[in-house]
Amino acid sequence: MKLLNTLLIKAGSDGAQRLLGWATLVGLFTTGVLGLLVVPPDAAQGDVQRLMYVHVPAAWLAFTSFGVVFVTSIAYLRTGRIRWDRIAVASAEIGVLFCVLTLFLGALWGRPVWGTWWTWDPRLTTTVVLLLIYVGYLSLRRIADSPSRRAHWSAVVGVVGFVDVPIVHMSVVWWRSLHQEATVVRPGAPTMESGMLFTLLFAFLAFSVAYGYLMAVRLRVGRLEDHAATSVMSQASPRPRRPVSVRTAAAADGGENRG
Amino acid sequence: MLTANVAWAIARKDLRLELRAQYTLGSALPFAATMLLAFGFALGPDRLLLVRTAPGLLWLAGMFAAIDLFHRSYQAEAADGALEGLLLSPVDKGAVYLGKAAAAAVQLGALFTATAVTVALLFGLPVGPSPVLLALTTALGVIGLSALGSLFGLLTVLGRRQAALPILVLPLATPVLIAAIRATTELSTGSTDQVAGWIGLLVAFDAAFLATGYLVFTHLLED
Repeated sequence: MKLLNTLLIKAGSDGAQRLLGWATLVGLFTTGVLGLLVVPPDAAQGDVQRLMYVHVPAAWLAFTSFGVVFVTSIAYLRTGRIRWDRIAVASAEIGVLFCVLTLFLGALWGRPVWGTWWTWDPRLTTTVVLLLIYVGYLSLRRIADSPSRRAHWSAVVGVVGFVDVPIVHMSVVWWRSLHQEATVVRPGAPTMESGMLFTLLFAFLAFSVAYGYLMAVRLRVGRLEDHAATSVMSQASPRPRRPVSVRTAAAADGGENRG
Repeated sequence: MLTANVAWAIARKDLRLELRAQYTLGSALPFAATMLLAFGFALGPDRLLLVRTAPGLLWLAGMFAAIDLFHRSYQAEAADGALEGLLLSPVDKGAVYLGKAAAAAVQLGALFTATAVTVALLFGLPVGPSPVLLALTTALGVIGLSALGSLFGLLTVLGRRQAALPILVLPLATPVLIAAIRATTELSTGSTDQVAGWIGLLVAFDAAFLATGYLVFTHLLED
């Protein structure tokens, strides 16, 4: 926790953010060069297989993001610190983005290889249910009438949603295995050539740095939003109408000092 | 007060309200029946197709009608400052949740039973050789839906807008839908070998969500 705190403070500074931004740019560019030009095409699938270097890291990042939402949601419910909520929503937004990207890239890959944009494969189905759960999470944030309520509600969905994921996956796997249709050929060779493996691992790294960058930017936006809301509120009425706002504003300021 | 006592008091209050207002049979069931008719129009008169899709349609119609019931159940709490009273009362808020969920489960039980009769009549869905297992599947599915709906139904009366309930509940309810529909299909066609697995999944879902709901409900009430 201590380490995470220091890390967050470091990542919040302008210099660190610029550095992360450049690292993201260089990382993603190098991934592109490695994946498109350096690594040989797959023996069976040809050039289409190159999608793996973005599809798999995107999926990995989406799942990690939702894991972060779960952990920070619990942290928020336990401590009541608004900063955990900011991290949770940032992670949920990034997760939704990468989840959409995963499904989109998967469809592009599935069309030439499986002959269809979409198939009711357990993994695909779980991913799309996951996406809908977190779209619900984000839409819930828009209907709460106070920042404190918004944070509490979305933290509850962050916990409940993640608890649901293994059950969803189990049910979907079972559901498909019950009425077996044409078994789809799984993409990816069973053994991977070392150059391919290196590119994939590099892509993982590049995507993780991109996550860090997006997170740092989103956290800053979150802080600015809270600041703007607080200053508007204090201008509109010298005495806030609800004691809630005072507490949240105080928490936001506290978060600002630390983060 | 004991958790069980609180839950019982809440559930009894909700059920008394239901008995007087007759919302489930008077409004939710007609909604489900209308939906089933619309499904019938969409699918056409093919007897075999109707029988095959009947279990899925039963659960879909029941679930959409149930969403309305969850909303309704908390609307009563929001009226006349009843919710403030509930908030101020020195009781375990998790127990309040369990009470709401229990009452909702009874209402949904009635709703699904009536919907199932409608489906049996309209689509010719056979009961199958083991009505006890069918009842158990329905009960477990209904408990799972109530566990979710009673948790997030609260948000429909606290938020600025109330559109969020289906978006929240439907994706989370995926396992209930799949397990209940598959089990119902199996039972109506007379095979029972896979049913135990689906019932186990429903039990796991119910336990996980009742426990999570019990733990987090108080956070939804936080102001």
